[in-house]
Amino acid sequence: MKGKISTGLTLVLLASLLLFSLPAAAQDGTVTVMGVWGGGELDAFNKMVEPFEQASGIEVQYEGTRDLPTLLTTRLEAGNPPDIVAVSGPGMMMDLADDGDLINLENVYNMNYIREDFDEKWVDLATYNDGMYALAFAADVKSLVWYNPNVFEEYGYEVPETWEEMDQLAQQMQEDGISPWAIGLESGAASGWPGTDWIEDIMLRTTDPETYDQWVAHDIPWTDERIKNAFEIFGEYAKNPDMVYGGPTAVLSTNFGDAPNALFTDPPRAGLHRQASFITSFIKDNNPELEAGEDFDFFPLPAIDEEYGKPALGAADMLSMLNDNQEARQFMKYMATPGAQSIWLSELGKLGTHNRINPNVYPDNITRKMAAFLNEAETFRFDASDSMPASIGSGAFWQGILDYVSGQNLDGVLEKIEENADDAYSSGEATN
Amino acid sequence: MQERTKKKWVALFVGPASLVVGLMLLYPSIQTFILSFFGPDSEQFVGIQNYIYAFTNETMLISFRNNLMWLIFMTSFTVGLGLLFAILSDRVKYEKIAKSIIFMPMAISFVGAGVVWKFVYTYRPPGSEQIGLLNQILTSLGMDPIGWMIQGPWINNLALIFVGIWMWTGFCMVILSASYKGIPKDQIEAAKVDGATEWQVFRFVIFPYMKSTIAVVATTMVVNVLKIFDIVYVMTNGNFRTEVIANRMYKEMFQYRNFGRASAIAVVLFILIVPVIIANIKRMRGEQNE
Repeated sequence: MKGKISTGLTLVLLASLLLFSLPAAAQDGTVTVMGVWGGGELDAFNKMVEPFEQASGIEVQYEGTRDLPTLLTTRLEAGNPPDIVAVSGPGMMMDLADDGDLINLENVYNMNYIREDFDEKWVDLATYNDGMYALAFAADVKSLVWYNPNVFEEYGYEVPETWEEMDQLAQQMQEDGISPWAIGLESGAASGWPGTDWIEDIMLRTTDPETYDQWVAHDIPWTDERIKNAFEIFGEYAKNPDMVYGGPTAVLSTNFGDAPNALFTDPPRAGLHRQASFITSFIKDNNPELEAGEDFDFFPLPAIDEEYGKPALGAADMLSMLNDNQEARQFMKYMATPGAQSIWLSELGKLGTHNRINPNVYPDNITRKMAAFLNEAETFRFDASDSMPASIGSGAFWQGILDYVSGQNLDGVLEKIEENADDAYSSGEATN
Repeated sequence: MQERTKKKWVALFVGPASLVVGLMLLYPSIQTFILSFFGPDSEQFVGIQNYIYAFTNETMLISFRNNLMWLIFMTSFTVGLGLLFAILSDRVKYEKIAKSIIFMPMAISFVGAGVVWKFVYTYRPPGSEQIGLLNQILTSLGMDPIGWMIQGPWINNLALIFVGIWMWTGFCMVILSASYKGIPKDQIEAAKVDGATEWQVFRFVIFPYMKSTIAVVATTMVVNVLKIFDIVYVMTNGNFRTEVIANRMYKEMFQYRNFGRASAIAVVLFILIVPVIIANIKRMRGEQNE
């Protein structure tokens, strides 16, 4: 009797051991993907990989976690990384590549096809140390200025093509009794971030992308003239009661989601609003009667210096490869096809990176316009604050924006961020 | 034999309690103290660098200043108003209703109160419809709205402290009222018969009776105020120079992942509270011996 029980127990133990060790072990016919997607994004991912699974017979095992860097580090240390990981951006990609964890995709793809299929900026974004370490398969864009087409028609305004035209338009609006800009920096514990997007967009339009990258990596100090200049340009709008609705006090106390409401009052209180694509959902929530494309529309934030054009600021979904096996290679190849990307785009309203994406996959005209803008943009850069260490990108930088708009001396503000940056970056003080 | 049994009994009663206290209080405290001498990821020994940061960083100095402001205003107003309400409400017929209303904010969580008051303080530019109660009152009186949460250092800090006072006055009142009702009424009447004024009655009869209760309530409030976090976190998140020590600790720990600095700030906060606790214990011992 006793023997039977122990045999039974042993069997159960063995069975459970087998069961629990199965998903961890890399095996033929499966590819493991680690990402942060859940909810609607996970549904979209599942839809996207379904055709791949059917065609190749390879099973895609998705592992979702909100705390991806921690889990990935653990798995790497245990010598058991997933085959593919959705990296949060170029910063994470470079860190992993530095540690030698990533497979150079130039050995996976035929790079001639990749260069043909993808605009240079996407290859550029994923290239590091003479290798391509990620595939950017979708993107979001932030460099957008929203306006109310009805107001533009009524007052006879033209969509500006250049920064000067935009300032002339602002003057026209002032004469008509409309505040040119609506800005809201309040966002609870994250207050200040909408201002960081402004600074980033201005940086991209007043310096070259390399300087922007140096700024993100803290190779140039925050007290640098070029950064100071970007803050000052932002200040000309956000701190000037003639330029922004309600003046700095309103800028500081208005929630970012409520800020565009000033465009839709009668008569309009403000004319322009710079914000990422996601603001459309806030506009619709606050004003359900408005139609996208008819009652609100956008134009790309114009160039300040023609030399740097109209770069796009945003975020991209990027996949990196950790294990070089047949299944992972096939999956990465599948993800570089317009078919795979189209599913992701149509489900989530994101923008495609592949040149042969059919514009019909986008849910509406506004998204199509964004995709067109992104396509034409020569430069694409990740949101700088998202790529900086948290104590800067979601700390001192936010705080600095609020301090500056609330009237503190700009040099003092930048010195304070610089002081924080010096000990937040593992590389230490800025060298240049 | 008997001595040994007694010891066993002591161990049986004290053992679990000291185990829990050791595990849940002592161990984390010591661990925090040790971590405060290490870097962000607790791997590198950095000496007293984190403490230098805690006492020299500009934001930290603002936090100390603000905590002092909280300490002075919130403690004095909650205890003072609580005492006033306790004595005054005793004299009216609708005592219960009045006290319930004053006590009610106690039932709301800090976060809830923060959200409620954030609405009260809401700012909209002049000319547009005000959705904040206070600014609506101001504009209907023909004045310009005020950015209550923005304008520092007095308006926004005092606006935040007011929320704390609003919440905690009821607590002070209830305890002080209980103590007030314990004073033998014939003594107060005797004093009045002897011709003492209201103030003299309070100063020489009521106050000596309530002294220890007031001390308990005041120390409770001091400890509460030093730890103040929720109201600031919800309403301004320490922006516009309204930072407090506990919110700074939270940011360093959970947002910037700097365990060393967060631990150092925690130790500083702990050290600030210790004297208050010691004073409290001393007084309690003194009372027992009387």
